[in-house]
Parts: sequence; C-alpha cells; structure tokens
Amino acid sequence: MDIVLFLIFGTIAVVAAINVVVQTHPISSAVSLIGVMGSLAVLYLLLGAEFIAAAQVIVYAGAVMVLFIFVIMLLNAGAEVKRGRSLVVQLLGAPLLIALLGLLAYFVERVFPQSVKVHFGGFTGGSAQAVGRALFTTYLLPFEVTSLLILIAILGAIVLGRKELD
Amino acid sequence: MTEVPISWFLALSAILFALGVAGFLFRRSIITVFMSIELMLNAVNLSFVTFSYQYKQVSGHLFTFFVMVVAAAEAAVGLAIILTVFKNRATLNIDDVDSMKN
Amino acid sequence: MQLWLIPILPFAGFVINGLFGRRFSKGLVNVFGIGSVVLAFAWVLKTIAGLGDLNSAYTEHYFTWIQSGAFTINCDFSVDRLTEVMLLVVTGIGSLIHIYSIGYMAHEHGPNHGGYYRFFAYLNLFMFFMLVLVLAANYLVLFVGWEGVGLCSYLLIGFYFTKKFATDAGNKAFIVNRIGDFGFSLAMFYIVKAFGTLDFSQVFSRAAGIPEGTLTLIGLLLMVGAAGKSAQIPLYVWLPDAMAGPTPVSALIHAATMVTAGVYMTARSWPIYTHAPMAMEVIAVIGIATAFFAATIGLAQNDIKKVFAYSTVSQLGYMFVGVGVGAFSTGIYHLVTHAFFKALLFLGSGAVIHALSGEQDLRNMGGLRSKIPWTFWTMACAWVAISGVPFTAGFYSKDAILLAAYRHAPWMYWLGTVTAGITAFYVSRAMFMTFFGKYRGHEHHIHESPPVMMLPLTILGLLSLGGGFLFEVPKFLSSVFPPVEEFEDLTLMLTSVGFGLAGIGLAILMYVAKPAMAESLAANIKGLYTLVYNKYFVDEVYDATVVKPLVGGSRLVLWRGIDVGVIDRLANGIGYGARDIGGVLRLFQSGNIRSYAAWVVFGSVLLIVALGLAAGGGR
Repeated sequence: MDIVLFLIFGTIAVVAAINVVVQTHPISSAVSLIGVMGSLAVLYLLLGAEFIAAAQVIVYAGAVMVLFIFVIMLLNAGAEVKRGRSLVVQLLGAPLLIALLGLLAYFVERVFPQSVKVHFGGFTGGSAQAVGRALFTTYLLPFEVTSLLILIAILGAIVLGRKELD
Repeated sequence: MTEVPISWFLALSAILFALGVAGFLFRRSIITVFMSIELMLNAVNLSFVTFSYQYKQVSGHLFTFFVMVVAAAEAAVGLAIILTVFKNRATLNIDDVDSMKN
Repeated sequence: MQLWLIPILPFAGFVINGLFGRRFSKGLVNVFGIGSVVLAFAWVLKTIAGLGDLNSAYTEHYFTWIQSGAFTINCDFSVDRLTEVMLLVVTGIGSLIHIYSIGYMAHEHGPNHGGYYRFFAYLNLFMFFMLVLVLAANYLVLFVGWEGVGLCSYLLIGFYFTKKFATDAGNKAFIVNRIGDFGFSLAMFYIVKAFGTLDFSQVFSRAAGIPEGTLTLIGLLLMVGAAGKSAQIPLYVWLPDAMAGPTPVSALIHAATMVTAGVYMTARSWPIYTHAPMAMEVIAVIGIATAFFAATIGLAQNDIKKVFAYSTVSQLGYMFVGVGVGAFSTGIYHLVTHAFFKALLFLGSGAVIHALSGEQDLRNMGGLRSKIPWTFWTMACAWVAISGVPFTAGFYSKDAILLAAYRHAPWMYWLGTVTAGITAFYVSRAMFMTFFGKYRGHEHHIHESPPVMMLPLTILGLLSLGGGFLFEVPKFLSSVFPPVEEFEDLTLMLTSVGFGLAGIGLAILMYVAKPAMAESLAANIKGLYTLVYNKYFVDEVYDATVVKPLVGGSRLVLWRGIDVGVIDRLANGIGYGARDIGGVLRLFQSGNIRSYAAWVVFGSVLLIVALGLAAGGGR
C-alpha cells in the first residue's frame, strides 16, 4: 500500500517538475509547481511528518505560490522569448547536470542501508506537539531570529515595491 | 513489500533537485528561474524529512520548517526585486540584466 | 699633553666657519680660520718643548674604536721625532699659507662674500684630517686622515665649482686617489691577516718574524696607495689637473702636505720595508722613473702652475728614491725642504697671477722683475734652492738623496743627477720667461701684492735659503730610523751641482741671451716636442684603455643589460603578470547570471567528488 502511494505521488511530482522546467508560459510552470508541492505533502505524510505536510500545503502551496501567481499576472508576463545566450551554459550545462545526478545517485546507493524501510506510522515523532516542543526549547533562538527575518523581508518588499515620491 | 526503501526517497529528492538546476540553467524568464529555485528547496526539504525518519528524530522536521520560513521570506523579497527590475528595464529576460559585464 | 687639541682646533674652525661663516664679516672668518691653525701651531711647539728629547714614541689613548673578538682598534695618537717633524711642517707652512690666503682670496666677494668663508672652512677641515693622519698610531686612523685629505682635496680643487674643468679635475683627483686607496685597503687587510693588529708599535715590533713574501706584498700594496696619494707613476695624472684649484690650495695641499702623506706613510712603515727589500727596490725605481719622466714634461709646459705641478711630481719621486734605497731620513729631509721652496714657488706664482689679474700663461709674461721686485726676490730664493745651488736648503737634501742612491745603485745616481739638471733648467726657464726680457702681455695695472701675502713669501724665502743648515733633519731623525752609514764624496757632490748650474746656464742661453733659440729648437724637434708638450699623451691613453671601456661597459652591460633588462623586466614583469592574470579572470565576469549559476554547479560537483573521495578513502 505504501509503495503504491509512493510510486503514484512520486511520479506525479517528477512529471510536474519536468513540466515546470519545460513549459514556456510562467503560469503553466506555476501551476505545475503547485502540483509538485501537493505530491510532496503526501510523501511527507508517508514519512510521518504531519505538521510539515500541513505547513507545506498551507504556507508553500497556499501562500507562496499564490504570491507568484499574483506577480505573474501583475507583470503580464507572456511566453518566454528565447533571446541571448551564454556560451558557458551551452557547453557545460548538460554535462554538469548529468554529472550531478549521477554523483548523487551513486552516493545515495552506496551510503544508505537497504534495511531501513519506510512505512506509514513508522515514525510518530512528527506531530505538532513534538515539533512545537522542539521549536520552543532546543531551537528557540533560530525561531526568534527567523521572526526577525520575516520582519526584514516585509520591510524590504515594501521599500522595493513602493512608488517613488515625486 | 508494502514498505518503501528509504533510498528511493532520496533518489526522488536528487531527481527533483537536478530538475531544479536544469530549470535554473536553461530558462530565460526570471520568474521561471525563481520557481526552479523553489523546486530545489522543496527537494531539499524532502531529503531533510527522510533523514529525520531514518534517525527517528524530530530535528529534521525543524530544519524543514526553517527552510520554509526562509523560502517564504526570500520569495517575497525576490518578487519585489523582479518588479523593480521590470519597472527599470521593461524586460523579464535574465540575459538582458547584464550591466555587471566586465 | 693633550695631543687631541692639535687636530681639534682646526676642526673647530671648520665647524664654526662652515656653519656660521655665511653671516660673519671677513675679519671674523679670519679670526676663526687662521686663528685656529696658528693656535694649533703654537700648541705643537708647546708639545714638542714639553716632550723634550723624545727617543721613543709618546702615545695617548682616547677610546676603543672597534672591538671584534681578539681584534681591537683604538683611536690613539702617538708622537715620535718623525711626527714632530711632520707636525711642524704641516702646522707651520699651513699657518703661513692661511695668512697668505687672506690676501689672495680677498676678492671672493659677493652678497655674503661668497666663497671666502667656504674656502677657509675647507682649508681648516683639511688641516684637521692631515693632522689626524700624521698623529695616528695605527693604520686605520691614518687611513681616516688619508681619506679625509682626499675629500678636502676634491672639495678645494673643485672650489670654483661653476667651472667644469675645475669640477672635472676634482673628480679626477678623487677617483685616481681611490684607486690608490684600494691598494692601501688591501694592504691593511693583509696586515690584519698577518699580524692580527693594525697598531704601529705592535706591527713594527713583530715585522721581523713574518715571512718575506707577505711583507713584500704588503709593502707593494702600501706603495700603490702611496703612488695614488703622492702622485707617482702610474697614478700621478691627477696632480697637474689639480692646479684648477686656487693657488694657496696648490701650495698647501699639492706641494707641502697632502702629497707628502705617501712619503710619510712609507717612511713610517720602514720596519716592514727593511724586511722586504724587493718592495723597496720597486719604490726606488718608481721614484727615479717618475722624477725623470715628470721633469721632462715640465720642460715644455707654458702654464706657470703646471710647470711647478710637474716639478712637484718629480721632487716627490726624489723623496721616494731616498726612502727606497733605505735612507729614510733623507726622504723626509727632502720633504721638509721641498715644502719650503715648492710652497714658496706656488705662492709666488700666485702673487704673479694676482698682479697680472689672472694671467697664467708664461708666454704672456716677461720683464716683471722691475714691476713686482719683492715677489721676484723671494721666488729667486726658491729658484736657487730647487736648482741645488750649494748651501741652500734644496742642495743639502737633494745631495743627501743622490749620494744614498749612488751607494745603492749608481745608475740611479746618474739619472737623478740628469733630472736635477733638467729641474734647474725648467725652473730657470719659468723664472726667465716671467721676470726677464720684455713684457709680452696686455695688463696695464701691474701692482705688487699686499703685505699680508708678502710676509709668508719672505719667511719661506729665508727658510729656503737657510733651512738646510738650520734644521739638520737626518741627525734629528737618527733615533727613529735604522742607522745609515755616513757617506760623503766630494766628486759626486760637485758633479750634481755642476749639472744643476749647467741647467741654469742653458736656460740663460735660451731665454735671456738668445730668445729665438727656444722656438727654433722646438721647431727642429717637432715630433719629440709635441710628445713632451702633450705629457706623452698619458691621459689620452688612460682614457682610451681604462675610462672608455669602463664607462661603455657600465652603460651597455650593467645598465642596459642588467638593470633595464633583468631587474626592471622582473619588476615590471610582476606587474604585467598580475595584469594578465587579472585579464584572464575578468572573463569570468560576463554579467550573465546563467553562466554564474553554471559555475556554481560546476563547483558543487567538484565539491561532491572531493567529499566523496575523502569519505571513500576513510572507509
């Protein structure tokens, strides 16, 4: 059962990701990205990360991607025009990608033991209670710092986005 | 057989990451590039949660949480920058933003 | 005894006149400049009186200058009879010449009377260094004085520094001297190596035990230094050019004192030389050769100062003959008498030049006997002395040298006698062309020099006449030098006197009785005359063989080759290299964000490989 879930949603994620990269119009890419995020949320649930799965859907898919779509519509971005080139990317791009993927796959196979298996319910420490406890005890300082970070981000966005005063 | 070997999750994460890099390298629209970045971050989140499962600790989830927070902030500021670039250059082509040349 | 006062007094004069002389009146400059030297002379007299019958050296130790392991050099002054003689000559003649300079340099006026204070400052500095040289108790302190007088010679020759020939002459003097100093330095190194010390008393007491080869080498190297300072072959070329300086300088430095430093040093080192007979032989040969050679050049010169300059070179040769044949005291004797009459000759010619408002060419003089009689009569005293007329000072000293030379090697006696004849001839020639006959020049106001210049001339004239039997120098120095057998031969004495008188006679014939004879003779032996007149083209030969290759080599090899080619290229190369590397690195900055991303991915792939290898290797 778990493996079926994994295969289905893993495939959806990969296909949607390919779609993000391949589509010419940004809106199509954005919607595909939402698909990726949704599939990933299911995979998180499989791994016992309930809180993270919820956060993924609410924050990422629900807020960040909506923001993206707002901006795309604001800019009236059209289909991409293929203009300009970079010699480095043309020469190095594909080989580097293959190398990257190959290396990662190789190390994944070598490092990780085949004995550990994932099944739903195998890890129960990902509840909101556990996350909250860890967040407010061990990781209190980073938590406070990220709140500052968000504040700065808001300020930055406001400053960058406002009209110039004449 | 109903269980998934953990390395498959990591392989999936690697594939998604590679796709994100490909998008970053080969696409010319700024917004698409940004979305590739988000894709890469998501791939990394997946691998964090996987490790958390492997070691049966909640720290991985915490990392994921912080990555999400930072990604959100970064998306906000980055999109504001894109707006500014569009206002000044009237282009969304990343190859046209090259005034740092030489 | 406070020996240090002797050199310090002139040094104080130098400091005061040098720093403040610009603001002083002429009188105040005189007080410090001349007063310091006269005081030094007085102190010398007091010291000599206080030391009495000095039979061994009296030394004063001041401070330890260099201390390096077992090697020590102290700043010591020592006085023995030889030093006393030198001190009297230096301070005595120095005082007379300082007094003379008041009159001679009086015209050096300007807003701050221009060079007047500078002249006396330099002259005082020279006195300081010369006295240090004479009083030194070891070779290194002597060398300090040696170098110092060389420096002052350069400063004073180039005194009229706006004239190029004067500065060139100053350079020439200093550079040629330097070559001699190189020999001297090498000699000092050998002395340290062989003796372990530079102190006179220690070196001389141990000289007997050192192998003859080493002593010969040391002696020869010291001679190189003496040849430079005392203008012997082959390093004499600077002395005639040094006449570009003011006449008192020529008199003091290039006749009486500095050029005798080489003779003094050689005489002082007699323990080394007596154990290195070959070196002494070389000295004597160089001396007699120089004496003859320079005398022949003096025959044909037309500048009055140049005649006396070559005469100085020649007379210095005589001194070295005396020293070289082992009769050290005769060399010093001639040094003393030569100081009298040569200084007088120079000062007198200075008076003549002064009277004629700057004319120095003999061909434009004549008949001055009636116009400047006092100058004539005083110079006449020097004339007879240098010609070796019996009972004058020059007669006694030259005679002593020639006799000693005969005992050593008769050919030296004959060559020396011929040279004496030539000497008498050319000095007489100069005298006749200046004071006799008809005046050939253009000057209208020919006046006698002021008394301040006449007084030193008079004193020196009396000394030239009577100094010979007043100061029995060899007897005085007999306790210092090794004993030499007393030798008197009437025949030899009369022969040398005869040659001298013959020289005067020939000059009378050619320049007084039949003036045209000189020109016709010169025309008949044109080739030889040209050779002698151009000083045997020695300067030209030196220029071609030494100077030009050196300058050319410096320019081509050292400058273009090494300095520009190697060093500059290295320094610039580093700059160019940095720029080129920067140029390559610049290509990374394409401005294209995608290419930057590609490089990032490239870097991360490398990192993964590296980490994998590290971890893989660890496992």
